[in-house]
Amino acid sequence: MASQLQSSRINRRWRWFANHMATVLAVGATIAVIAPLVAIFLDLVYKGASSLNWNFFTKTPAPVGEMGGGMLNAIVGSAVLLGVASAMGVPVGIAAGIYLSEFGRGTKLSNLVRFTADVLNGVPSIVMGISVYALIVAPEKTFSAFAGGVALGIMMIPTVARTTEEMLLMVPHPIREAALGLGVPNWRSVLSITLKTALPGVITGCMLAFARVAGETAPLLFTAFGNPFVSTALNQPIEALPLQIYVYALSPYDEWHRLAWAGSLVLIVLIVVSVALVRLVTTRGVLKGAS
Amino acid sequence: MGVGIEVNLLNAWYGANHTLEDITLHIPANEATALIGPSGCGKSTFVRCLNRMHETNPIAKVTGEVKVGGVDIYSETSAVEVRRRIGMVFQRPNPFPTMSIYDNVASGLRLNGFRVRRVLDEVVERSLKHAALWEEVKDDLKKKSGASLSGGQQQRLCIARALAVDPEVLLMDEPASALDPVSTAKIEDLIFELKSQYTIVIVTHNMQQAARVAERTGFFLNGKLIEFDSTHKIFTNPSDKRTEDYITGRFG
Repeated sequence: MASQLQSSRINRRWRWFANHMATVLAVGATIAVIAPLVAIFLDLVYKGASSLNWNFFTKTPAPVGEMGGGMLNAIVGSAVLLGVASAMGVPVGIAAGIYLSEFGRGTKLSNLVRFTADVLNGVPSIVMGISVYALIVAPEKTFSAFAGGVALGIMMIPTVARTTEEMLLMVPHPIREAALGLGVPNWRSVLSITLKTALPGVITGCMLAFARVAGETAPLLFTAFGNPFVSTALNQPIEALPLQIYVYALSPYDEWHRLAWAGSLVLIVLIVVSVALVRLVTTRGVLKGAS
Repeated sequence: MGVGIEVNLLNAWYGANHTLEDITLHIPANEATALIGPSGCGKSTFVRCLNRMHETNPIAKVTGEVKVGGVDIYSETSAVEVRRRIGMVFQRPNPFPTMSIYDNVASGLRLNGFRVRRVLDEVVERSLKHAALWEEVKDDLKKKSGASLSGGQQQRLCIARALAVDPEVLLMDEPASALDPVSTAKIEDLIFELKSQYTIVIVTHNMQQAARVAERTGFFLNGKLIEFDSTHKIFTNPSDKRTEDYITGRFG
Protein backbone atom coordinates (compact mmCIF):
# COMPACT_ATOMS: atom_id res chain seq x y z
CA MET A 1 0.00 0.00 0.00
CA ALA A 2 2.72 2.40 1.06
CA SER A 3 4.86 1.57 -1.97
CA GLN A 4 1.85 2.04 -4.22
CA LEU A 5 1.31 5.50 -2.80
CA GLN A 6 5.01 6.21 -3.24
CA SER A 7 4.99 5.21 -6.89
CA SER A 8 1.85 7.20 -7.55
CA ARG A 9 3.59 10.26 -6.13
CA ILE A 10 6.49 9.74 -8.52
CA ASN A 11 3.99 9.30 -11.32
CA ARG A 12 2.32 12.50 -10.37
CA ARG A 13 5.59 14.39 -10.42
CA TRP A 14 6.49 12.94 -13.79
CA ARG A 15 3.04 13.80 -15.17
CA TRP A 16 3.42 17.36 -13.88
CA PHE A 17 6.76 17.61 -15.61
CA ALA A 18 5.54 16.06 -18.89
CA ASN A 19 2.46 18.27 -18.92
CA HIS A 20 4.42 21.49 -18.45
CA MET A 21 7.06 20.33 -20.91
CA ALA A 22 4.39 19.90 -23.59
CA THR A 23 2.95 23.33 -22.82
CA VAL A 24 6.36 24.98 -23.11
CA LEU A 25 7.03 23.25 -26.44
CA ALA A 26 3.64 24.27 -27.83
CA VAL A 27 4.08 27.89 -26.77
CA GLY A 28 7.63 27.90 -28.16
CA ALA A 29 6.43 26.56 -31.53
CA THR A 30 3.69 29.20 -31.63
CA ILE A 31 6.22 31.98 -31.01
CA ALA A 32 8.51 30.54 -33.70
CA VAL A 33 5.61 30.75 -36.18
CA ILE A 34 4.53 34.26 -35.27
CA ALA A 35 7.95 35.85 -34.71
CA PRO A 36 9.03 36.20 -38.38
CA LEU A 37 5.72 37.83 -39.30
CA VAL A 38 5.97 40.31 -36.46
CA ALA A 39 9.64 40.99 -37.25
CA ILE A 40 8.90 41.68 -40.92
CA PHE A 41 5.99 43.92 -40.07
CA LEU A 42 7.95 45.92 -37.48
CA ASP A 43 10.84 46.33 -39.90
CA LEU A 44 8.47 47.59 -42.60
CA VAL A 45 6.85 50.05 -40.21
CA TYR A 46 10.27 51.26 -39.06
CA LYS A 47 11.65 51.80 -42.57
CA GLY A 48 8.49 52.61 -44.50
CA ALA A 49 6.20 54.59 -42.23
CA SER A 50 8.28 57.77 -42.42
CA SER A 51 7.78 57.96 -46.21
CA LEU A 52 4.04 57.49 -45.95
CA ASN A 53 2.09 60.66 -46.42
CA TRP A 54 -0.96 61.89 -48.29
CA ASN A 55 1.06 62.28 -51.50
CA PHE A 56 1.94 58.59 -51.48
CA PHE A 57 -1.72 57.68 -52.00
CA THR A 58 -2.67 60.58 -54.31
CA LYS A 59 0.31 61.20 -56.60
CA THR A 60 1.98 59.25 -59.35
CA PRO A 61 5.77 58.74 -59.24
CA ALA A 62 7.92 61.85 -59.50
CA PRO A 63 10.83 61.96 -62.01
CA VAL A 64 14.22 60.89 -60.75
CA GLY A 65 15.87 63.56 -58.63
CA GLU A 66 12.63 65.22 -57.62
CA MET A 67 11.37 64.65 -54.11
CA GLY A 68 7.86 63.47 -53.37
CA GLY A 69 5.65 61.54 -55.67
CA GLY A 70 3.56 58.53 -54.74
CA MET A 71 2.27 55.19 -55.90
CA LEU A 72 -1.34 55.96 -56.80
CA ASN A 73 -0.79 54.28 -60.17
CA ALA A 74 0.42 51.08 -58.48
CA ILE A 75 -2.36 50.99 -55.88
CA VAL A 76 -5.04 51.42 -58.54
CA GLY A 77 -3.22 48.96 -60.81
CA SER A 78 -2.99 46.26 -58.13
CA ALA A 79 -6.71 46.67 -57.44
CA VAL A 80 -7.54 46.24 -61.14
CA LEU A 81 -5.19 43.25 -61.56
CA LEU A 82 -6.51 41.49 -58.44
CA GLY A 83 -10.09 42.18 -59.55
CA VAL A 84 -9.46 40.51 -62.91
CA ALA A 85 -7.56 37.66 -61.23
CA SER A 86 -10.33 37.01 -58.68
CA ALA A 87 -13.10 37.25 -61.28
CA MET A 88 -11.33 34.46 -63.12
CA GLY A 89 -9.65 32.36 -60.41
CA VAL A 90 -12.45 32.22 -57.83
CA PRO A 91 -15.36 30.94 -59.99
CA VAL A 92 -13.20 28.51 -61.98
CA GLY A 93 -11.46 27.28 -58.82
CA ILE A 94 -14.69 26.78 -56.87
CA ALA A 95 -16.36 25.02 -59.81
CA ALA A 96 -13.36 22.69 -60.16
CA GLY A 97 -13.42 22.01 -56.41
CA ILE A 98 -17.13 21.15 -56.57
CA TYR A 99 -16.47 18.78 -59.45
CA LEU A 100 -13.62 17.06 -57.58
CA SER A 101 -15.60 16.57 -54.40
CA GLU A 102 -19.20 16.07 -55.51
CA PHE A 103 -19.36 14.76 -59.08
CA GLY A 104 -16.04 13.27 -60.10
CA ARG A 105 -15.20 11.28 -56.98
CA GLY A 106 -13.04 8.30 -58.00
CA THR A 107 -13.22 8.94 -61.75
CA LYS A 108 -10.13 9.08 -63.97
CA LEU A 109 -10.88 12.65 -65.00
CA SER A 110 -11.03 13.86 -61.41
CA ASN A 111 -7.72 12.21 -60.57
CA LEU A 112 -6.24 13.92 -63.61
CA VAL A 113 -7.71 17.30 -62.61
CA ARG A 114 -6.43 16.93 -59.04
CA PHE A 115 -2.95 15.99 -60.24
CA THR A 116 -2.90 18.87 -62.73
CA ALA A 117 -3.96 21.32 -60.03
CA ASP A 118 -1.18 20.15 -57.74
CA VAL A 119 1.40 20.47 -60.52
CA LEU A 120 0.04 23.90 -61.49
CA ASN A 121 0.46 24.94 -57.88
CA GLY A 122 4.14 24.07 -58.13
CA VAL A 123 4.82 25.87 -61.42
CA PRO A 124 7.26 28.75 -60.79
CA SER A 125 5.44 32.05 -61.11
CA ILE A 126 7.92 33.39 -63.68
CA VAL A 127 6.97 30.48 -65.95
CA MET A 128 3.33 31.50 -65.56
CA GLY A 129 4.28 34.99 -66.72
CA ILE A 130 6.11 33.70 -69.79
CA SER A 131 3.23 31.36 -70.69
CA VAL A 132 0.70 34.17 -70.56
CA TYR A 133 3.12 36.36 -72.51
CA ALA A 134 3.14 33.74 -75.27
CA LEU A 135 -0.63 33.16 -75.12
CA ILE A 136 -1.94 36.72 -74.82
CA VAL A 137 0.73 39.42 -74.98
CA ALA A 138 2.54 38.20 -78.12
CA PRO A 139 -0.60 37.71 -80.28
CA GLU A 140 -2.12 41.00 -79.07
CA LYS A 141 1.24 42.76 -79.51
CA THR A 142 0.78 44.73 -76.29
CA PHE A 143 1.33 44.30 -72.58
CA SER A 144 -1.98 44.63 -70.78
CA ALA A 145 -3.77 44.60 -67.44
CA PHE A 146 -5.88 41.76 -68.80
CA ALA A 147 -2.82 39.57 -69.43
CA GLY A 148 -1.50 40.32 -65.92
CA GLY A 149 -4.87 39.50 -64.37
CA VAL A 150 -5.06 36.21 -66.28
CA ALA A 151 -1.56 35.21 -65.11
CA LEU A 152 -2.51 35.87 -61.48
CA GLY A 153 -5.95 34.26 -61.96
CA ILE A 154 -4.43 31.01 -63.22
CA MET A 155 -2.19 30.99 -60.17
CA MET A 156 -5.24 31.29 -57.90
CA ILE A 157 -7.11 28.33 -59.42
CA PRO A 158 -5.26 25.37 -57.85
CA THR A 159 -5.36 26.78 -54.32
CA VAL A 160 -9.04 27.67 -54.57
CA ALA A 161 -9.94 24.32 -56.18
CA ARG A 162 -8.09 22.15 -53.68
CA THR A 163 -9.30 23.99 -50.57
CA THR A 164 -12.87 23.98 -51.92
CA GLU A 165 -12.60 20.22 -52.44
CA GLU A 166 -11.22 19.66 -48.93
CA MET A 167 -13.87 21.85 -47.32
CA LEU A 168 -16.74 20.18 -49.21
CA LEU A 169 -15.45 16.75 -48.18
CA MET A 170 -15.67 17.85 -44.56
CA VAL A 171 -19.43 18.40 -44.83
CA PRO A 172 -20.97 15.33 -43.14
CA HIS A 173 -22.65 12.86 -45.48
CA PRO A 174 -25.98 12.83 -43.54
CA ILE A 175 -26.44 16.53 -44.43
CA ARG A 176 -26.41 15.66 -48.14
CA GLU A 177 -28.76 12.74 -47.52
CA ALA A 178 -31.16 15.05 -45.69
CA ALA A 179 -31.37 17.32 -48.73
CA LEU A 180 -31.72 14.47 -51.24
CA GLY A 181 -34.33 12.84 -48.99
CA LEU A 182 -36.48 15.97 -49.30
CA GLY A 183 -36.65 15.52 -53.05
CA VAL A 184 -34.11 18.24 -53.79
CA PRO A 185 -32.28 17.69 -57.10
CA ASN A 186 -28.61 16.84 -56.66
CA TRP A 187 -27.22 20.02 -58.26
CA ARG A 188 -29.44 22.13 -56.02
CA SER A 189 -28.40 20.19 -52.94
CA VAL A 190 -24.73 20.68 -53.82
CA LEU A 191 -25.05 24.45 -54.30
CA SER A 192 -27.58 25.36 -51.61
CA ILE A 193 -26.68 22.87 -48.89
CA THR A 194 -23.20 21.38 -49.25
CA LEU A 195 -21.42 24.46 -50.61
CA LYS A 196 -23.29 26.76 -48.23
CA THR A 197 -22.32 24.62 -45.24
CA ALA A 198 -18.67 24.65 -46.34
CA LEU A 199 -18.65 28.34 -47.28
CA PRO A 200 -16.49 29.73 -44.44
CA GLY A 201 -13.69 27.32 -45.35
CA VAL A 202 -14.09 27.95 -49.08
CA ILE A 203 -13.79 31.71 -48.48
CA THR A 204 -10.64 31.15 -46.43
CA GLY A 205 -9.18 29.27 -49.40
CA CYS A 206 -10.06 32.13 -51.75
CA MET A 207 -8.46 34.67 -49.41
CA LEU A 208 -5.29 32.57 -49.17
CA ALA A 209 -5.05 32.46 -52.95
CA PHE A 210 -5.80 36.19 -53.15
CA ALA A 211 -3.14 37.11 -50.61
CA ARG A 212 -0.61 34.94 -52.35
CA VAL A 213 -1.02 36.45 -55.82
CA ALA A 214 -1.36 39.99 -54.42
CA GLY A 215 2.37 39.91 -53.68
CA GLU A 216 3.49 38.30 -56.95
CA THR A 217 5.97 40.20 -59.10
CA ALA A 218 7.35 37.65 -61.54
CA PRO A 219 4.17 36.82 -63.50
CA LEU A 220 3.56 40.55 -64.04
CA LEU A 221 6.98 41.39 -65.52
CA PHE A 222 6.06 40.19 -69.02
CA THR A 223 2.31 40.74 -68.81
CA ALA A 224 1.22 43.88 -66.93
CA PHE A 225 4.67 45.38 -67.52
CA GLY A 226 4.14 48.54 -65.44
CA ASN A 227 2.88 52.03 -66.16
CA PRO A 228 3.92 55.32 -64.57
CA PHE A 229 0.43 56.76 -65.02
CA VAL A 230 -2.88 55.89 -63.40
CA SER A 231 -4.71 53.51 -65.72
CA THR A 232 -7.73 51.27 -65.41
CA ALA A 233 -7.88 50.14 -69.05
CA LEU A 234 -7.66 46.38 -69.40
CA ASN A 235 -5.94 46.57 -72.80
CA GLN A 236 -3.14 48.90 -71.60
CA PRO A 237 -0.03 48.14 -69.54
CA ILE A 238 -0.68 48.69 -65.85
CA GLU A 239 1.39 49.19 -62.70
CA ALA A 240 1.22 46.93 -59.64
CA LEU A 241 2.58 47.47 -56.13
CA PRO A 242 4.97 44.48 -56.14
CA LEU A 243 6.21 45.48 -59.59
CA GLN A 244 6.92 49.04 -58.56
CA ILE A 245 8.54 47.92 -55.31
CA TYR A 246 10.79 45.66 -57.37
CA VAL A 247 11.84 48.46 -59.71
CA TYR A 248 12.34 50.99 -56.91
CA ALA A 249 14.25 48.59 -54.69
CA LEU A 250 16.72 47.82 -57.51
CA SER A 251 17.22 51.49 -58.35
CA PRO A 252 20.28 53.42 -57.10
CA TYR A 253 18.25 56.29 -55.56
CA ASP A 254 17.72 56.61 -51.79
CA GLU A 255 14.36 58.34 -52.27
CA TRP A 256 13.11 55.39 -54.32
CA HIS A 257 14.38 52.93 -51.71
CA ARG A 258 12.33 54.75 -49.08
CA LEU A 259 9.27 54.63 -51.34
CA ALA A 260 9.83 50.89 -51.90
CA TRP A 261 9.72 50.32 -48.13
CA ALA A 262 6.57 52.40 -47.87
CA GLY A 263 5.05 50.46 -50.80
CA SER A 264 5.78 47.14 -49.07
CA LEU A 265 4.08 48.37 -45.92
CA VAL A 266 1.03 49.53 -47.90
CA LEU A 267 0.87 46.22 -49.78
CA ILE A 268 0.81 44.19 -46.55
CA VAL A 269 -1.74 46.46 -44.90
CA LEU A 270 -3.99 46.39 -47.98
CA ILE A 271 -3.90 42.57 -48.08
CA VAL A 272 -4.70 42.30 -44.36
CA VAL A 273 -7.50 44.86 -44.64
CA SER A 274 -9.13 43.19 -47.66
CA VAL A 275 -8.95 39.74 -46.05
CA ALA A 276 -10.47 41.14 -42.84
CA LEU A 277 -13.20 42.92 -44.79
CA VAL A 278 -14.23 39.79 -46.65
CA ARG A 279 -14.29 37.87 -43.35
CA LEU A 280 -16.43 40.54 -41.74
CA VAL A 281 -18.93 40.64 -44.60
CA THR A 282 -19.23 36.87 -44.94
CA THR A 283 -19.60 36.07 -41.25
CA ARG A 284 -22.38 38.58 -40.72
CA GLY A 285 -25.72 37.01 -39.89
CA VAL A 286 -24.36 33.71 -38.61
CA LEU A 287 -26.97 32.17 -36.31
CA LYS A 288 -26.71 31.30 -32.66
CA GLY A 289 -25.42 27.76 -32.26
CA ALA A 290 -24.53 27.33 -35.94
CA SER A 291 -21.51 25.13 -36.45
CA MET B 1 -53.50 10.94 -46.88
CA GLY B 2 -51.17 8.01 -46.85
CA VAL B 3 -50.90 5.45 -49.60
CA GLY B 4 -50.03 1.76 -49.54
CA ILE B 5 -46.76 0.29 -50.76
CA GLU B 6 -46.48 -2.94 -52.74
CA VAL B 7 -43.08 -4.53 -53.06
CA ASN B 8 -42.50 -7.40 -55.49
CA LEU B 9 -39.32 -9.47 -55.69
CA LEU B 10 -37.04 -6.65 -54.61
CA ASN B 11 -33.31 -7.42 -54.76
CA ALA B 12 -30.53 -5.05 -53.76
CA TRP B 13 -26.75 -5.15 -53.89
CA TYR B 14 -23.84 -3.13 -52.54
CA GLY B 15 -21.08 -4.03 -54.96
CA ALA B 16 -20.93 -7.84 -54.90
CA ASN B 17 -22.81 -7.96 -51.61
CA HIS B 18 -26.37 -9.24 -52.10
CA THR B 19 -28.08 -7.33 -49.26
CA LEU B 20 -31.75 -8.01 -50.09
CA GLU B 21 -33.10 -11.18 -51.65
CA ASP B 22 -36.54 -11.47 -53.22
CA ILE B 23 -38.45 -9.27 -50.79
CA THR B 24 -42.19 -9.28 -51.39
CA LEU B 25 -44.60 -7.54 -49.05
CA HIS B 26 -47.55 -5.21 -48.90
CA ILE B 27 -47.46 -2.22 -46.55
CA PRO B 28 -50.99 -0.92 -45.92
CA ALA B 29 -51.88 2.78 -46.00
CA ASN B 30 -52.23 4.84 -42.81
CA GLU B 31 -50.64 2.30 -40.53
CA ALA B 32 -47.27 2.07 -38.87
CA THR B 33 -45.23 -0.88 -40.07
CA ALA B 34 -42.15 -1.85 -38.08
CA LEU B 35 -39.12 -3.67 -39.50
CA ILE B 36 -36.98 -5.55 -37.00
CA GLY B 37 -33.94 -7.77 -37.23
CA PRO B 38 -30.29 -7.95 -36.20
CA SER B 39 -27.70 -5.43 -37.45
CA GLY B 40 -26.78 -5.93 -41.09
CA CYS B 41 -29.95 -7.88 -41.92
CA GLY B 42 -30.95 -5.46 -44.69
CA LYS B 43 -33.80 -3.58 -43.05
CA SER B 44 -32.16 -0.17 -43.55
CA THR B 45 -31.31 -1.03 -47.14
CA PHE B 46 -34.96 -2.00 -47.61
CA VAL B 47 -36.38 1.37 -46.52
CA ARG B 48 -33.72 3.15 -48.58
CA CYS B 49 -35.02 1.27 -51.61
CA LEU B 50 -38.52 2.59 -50.92
CA ASN B 51 -37.50 6.19 -51.70
CA ARG B 52 -34.59 5.41 -54.02
CA MET B 53 -31.97 6.68 -51.57
CA HIS B 54 -30.24 3.32 -52.02
CA GLU B 55 -29.07 4.33 -55.49
CA THR B 56 -27.24 7.48 -54.26
CA ASN B 57 -24.40 5.11 -53.40
CA PRO B 58 -22.48 4.59 -56.67
CA ILE B 59 -21.85 0.88 -56.07
CA ALA B 60 -25.48 0.12 -55.20
CA LYS B 61 -27.84 -1.78 -57.52
CA VAL B 62 -31.48 -2.71 -57.26
CA THR B 63 -34.00 -4.84 -59.21
CA GLY B 64 -37.67 -5.62 -58.72
CA GLU B 65 -40.81 -3.58 -58.37
CA VAL B 66 -41.90 -1.04 -55.75
CA LYS B 67 -45.36 0.47 -56.20
CA VAL B 68 -46.32 3.42 -54.04
CA GLY B 69 -50.00 4.28 -54.38
CA GLY B 70 -50.05 2.17 -57.55
CA VAL B 71 -47.10 3.97 -59.23
CA ASP B 72 -43.92 2.01 -59.88
CA ILE B 73 -41.25 4.30 -58.44
CA TYR B 74 -38.44 2.75 -60.46
CA SER B 75 -39.98 2.88 -63.93
CA GLU B 76 -42.79 5.43 -63.91
CA THR B 77 -41.27 8.43 -62.17
CA SER B 78 -37.98 10.13 -61.23
CA ALA B 79 -35.97 9.68 -58.04
CA VAL B 80 -36.45 13.36 -57.16
CA GLU B 81 -40.23 13.06 -57.57
CA VAL B 82 -40.31 9.88 -55.46
CA ARG B 83 -38.42 11.51 -52.60
CA ARG B 84 -40.79 14.46 -52.60
CA ARG B 85 -43.71 12.09 -52.00
CA ILE B 86 -41.90 9.86 -49.53
CA GLY B 87 -40.27 11.63 -46.60
CA MET B 88 -37.38 10.17 -44.66
CA VAL B 89 -36.11 10.57 -41.11
CA PHE B 90 -32.60 9.27 -40.51
CA GLN B 91 -30.91 7.51 -37.64
CA ARG B 92 -28.94 10.53 -36.49
CA PRO B 93 -30.65 13.92 -36.45
CA ASN B 94 -29.29 15.86 -39.43
CA PRO B 95 -30.63 19.42 -39.44
CA PHE B 96 -28.90 21.80 -41.85
CA PRO B 97 -26.34 23.46 -39.53
CA THR B 98 -26.19 26.83 -41.29
CA MET B 99 -29.97 27.30 -41.30
CA SER B 100 -32.30 28.66 -38.64
CA ILE B 101 -35.07 26.48 -37.24
CA TYR B 102 -37.53 28.19 -39.58
CA ASP B 103 -35.30 27.76 -42.63
CA ASN B 104 -34.75 24.08 -41.82
CA VAL B 105 -38.46 23.37 -41.88
CA ALA B 106 -39.02 25.54 -44.96
CA SER B 107 -36.01 24.08 -46.79
CA GLY B 108 -37.85 21.32 -48.65
CA LEU B 109 -40.26 23.80 -50.21
CA ARG B 110 -37.73 26.58 -50.75
CA LEU B 111 -35.14 24.36 -52.40
CA ASN B 112 -37.82 23.25 -54.81
CA GLY B 113 -38.45 26.86 -55.73
CA PHE B 114 -41.46 27.72 -53.56
CA ARG B 115 -41.19 31.19 -51.99
CA VAL B 116 -44.57 32.59 -50.96
CA ARG B 117 -43.88 34.01 -47.48
CA ARG B 118 -47.38 33.72 -46.04
CA VAL B 119 -47.78 30.09 -47.07
CA LEU B 120 -44.28 29.20 -45.84
CA ASP B 121 -45.10 30.75 -42.43
CA GLU B 122 -48.21 28.60 -42.22
CA VAL B 123 -46.46 25.42 -43.31
CA VAL B 124 -43.62 25.94 -40.83
CA GLU B 125 -46.01 26.50 -37.94
CA ARG B 126 -48.22 23.53 -38.87
CA SER B 127 -45.25 21.17 -39.38
CA LEU B 128 -43.61 22.15 -36.10
CA LYS B 129 -46.92 21.68 -34.26
CA HIS B 130 -47.32 18.31 -35.95
CA ALA B 131 -43.87 17.31 -34.82
CA ALA B 132 -44.67 18.48 -31.25
CA LEU B 133 -41.85 21.01 -31.30
CA TRP B 134 -43.70 24.30 -31.81
CA GLU B 135 -44.10 25.24 -28.15
CA GLU B 136 -40.40 24.72 -27.47
CA VAL B 137 -39.03 26.76 -30.37
CA LYS B 138 -41.66 29.30 -31.42
CA ASP B 139 -39.75 32.22 -29.86
CA ASP B 140 -36.42 31.45 -31.57
CA LEU B 141 -37.61 30.35 -35.00
CA LYS B 142 -35.33 32.65 -36.96
CA LYS B 143 -32.76 33.39 -34.27
CA LYS B 144 -31.37 29.95 -33.52
CA SER B 145 -29.63 27.43 -35.74
CA GLY B 146 -31.21 24.01 -36.06
CA ALA B 147 -27.95 22.58 -34.74
CA SER B 148 -28.33 24.45 -31.44
CA LEU B 149 -31.27 22.29 -30.31
CA SER B 150 -30.94 19.17 -28.16
CA GLY B 151 -30.68 15.78 -29.90
CA GLY B 152 -34.34 14.93 -29.31
CA GLN B 153 -35.46 18.35 -30.48
CA GLN B 154 -33.25 18.06 -33.56
CA GLN B 155 -34.88 14.77 -34.47
CA ARG B 156 -38.35 16.31 -34.12
CA LEU B 157 -37.11 19.21 -36.24
CA CYS B 158 -36.10 16.69 -38.90
CA ILE B 159 -39.55 15.13 -38.70
CA ALA B 160 -41.12 18.59 -39.11
CA ARG B 161 -38.83 19.23 -42.09
CA ALA B 162 -39.96 15.96 -43.68
CA LEU B 163 -43.64 16.72 -43.00
CA ALA B 164 -43.43 20.23 -44.47
CA VAL B 165 -43.30 18.93 -48.05
CA ASP B 166 -46.54 17.03 -47.34
CA PRO B 167 -45.42 13.48 -48.14
CA GLU B 168 -47.70 10.46 -48.38
CA VAL B 169 -45.29 8.07 -46.72
CA LEU B 170 -42.83 8.66 -43.89
CA LEU B 171 -39.81 6.35 -43.67
CA MET B 172 -38.00 6.31 -40.34
CA ASP B 173 -34.63 4.58 -40.10
CA GLU B 174 -34.08 3.93 -36.38
CA PRO B 175 -35.28 7.46 -35.56
CA ALA B 176 -34.86 7.09 -31.80
CA SER B 177 -31.70 5.02 -31.54
CA ALA B 178 -29.50 8.05 -30.80
CA LEU B 179 -31.94 9.55 -28.27
CA ASP B 180 -32.56 9.30 -24.55
CA PRO B 181 -35.73 7.55 -23.21
CA VAL B 182 -37.72 10.77 -22.74
CA SER B 183 -37.07 11.94 -26.29
CA THR B 184 -37.75 8.41 -27.54
CA ALA B 185 -41.16 8.43 -25.84
CA LYS B 186 -41.96 11.75 -27.53
CA ILE B 187 -41.04 10.38 -30.95
CA GLU B 188 -43.19 7.29 -30.34
CA ASP B 189 -46.16 9.43 -29.29
CA LEU B 190 -45.62 11.36 -32.47
CA ILE B 191 -45.65 8.24 -34.64
CA PHE B 192 -48.96 7.35 -33.01
CA GLU B 193 -50.40 10.74 -33.95
CA LEU B 194 -48.98 10.83 -37.45
CA LYS B 195 -50.19 7.49 -38.72
CA SER B 196 -53.74 8.76 -39.11
CA GLN B 197 -52.43 10.93 -41.95
CA TYR B 198 -49.32 9.17 -43.24
CA THR B 199 -48.19 5.67 -43.98
CA ILE B 200 -45.26 5.07 -41.68
CA VAL B 201 -42.46 2.55 -42.07
CA ILE B 202 -40.12 2.42 -39.09
CA VAL B 203 -36.89 0.47 -38.79
CA THR B 204 -36.04 -0.29 -35.19
CA HIS B 205 -33.63 -2.29 -33.08
CA ASN B 206 -35.94 -1.95 -30.15
CA MET B 207 -38.61 -4.68 -30.13
CA GLN B 208 -40.66 -3.00 -27.42
CA GLN B 209 -40.78 0.04 -29.66
CA ALA B 210 -42.09 -2.04 -32.55
CA ALA B 211 -44.71 -3.59 -30.25
CA ARG B 212 -45.77 -0.16 -28.97
CA VAL B 213 -46.17 1.77 -32.22
CA ALA B 214 -46.74 -0.62 -35.11
CA GLU B 215 -49.80 -2.50 -36.39
CA ARG B 216 -47.62 -4.75 -38.49
CA THR B 217 -44.10 -6.04 -38.10
CA GLY B 218 -41.66 -7.61 -40.53
CA PHE B 219 -38.68 -9.66 -39.39
CA PHE B 220 -35.55 -9.53 -41.57
CA LEU B 221 -32.61 -11.93 -41.33
CA ASN B 222 -29.57 -12.09 -43.63
CA GLY B 223 -31.24 -10.11 -46.40
CA LYS B 224 -34.46 -12.10 -46.40
CA LEU B 225 -37.89 -11.25 -45.09
CA ILE B 226 -38.56 -14.17 -42.75
CA GLU B 227 -42.01 -13.23 -41.53
CA PHE B 228 -44.46 -10.38 -41.99
CA ASP B 229 -47.66 -10.27 -39.98
CA SER B 230 -49.64 -8.29 -37.45
CA THR B 231 -47.42 -7.09 -34.62
CA HIS B 232 -49.54 -9.01 -32.14
CA LYS B 233 -49.04 -12.27 -34.00
CA ILE B 234 -45.28 -11.75 -34.45
CA PHE B 235 -44.72 -11.10 -30.77
CA THR B 236 -47.10 -13.70 -29.30
CA ASN B 237 -47.29 -16.52 -31.77
CA PRO B 238 -44.73 -16.28 -34.61
CA SER B 239 -45.00 -19.00 -37.25
CA ASP B 240 -41.27 -19.17 -37.99
CA LYS B 241 -38.81 -20.66 -35.51
CA ARG B 242 -36.17 -18.01 -36.37
CA THR B 243 -38.58 -15.16 -35.54
CA GLU B 244 -39.34 -16.77 -32.23
CA ASP B 245 -35.63 -17.19 -31.46
CA TYR B 246 -35.00 -13.53 -32.24
CA ILE B 247 -37.84 -12.00 -30.25
CA THR B 248 -37.17 -14.21 -27.26
CA GLY B 249 -33.57 -12.98 -27.33
CA ARG B 250 -31.94 -16.28 -28.19
CA PHE B 251 -29.76 -14.55 -30.80
CA GLY B 252 -29.17 -11.19 -32.40
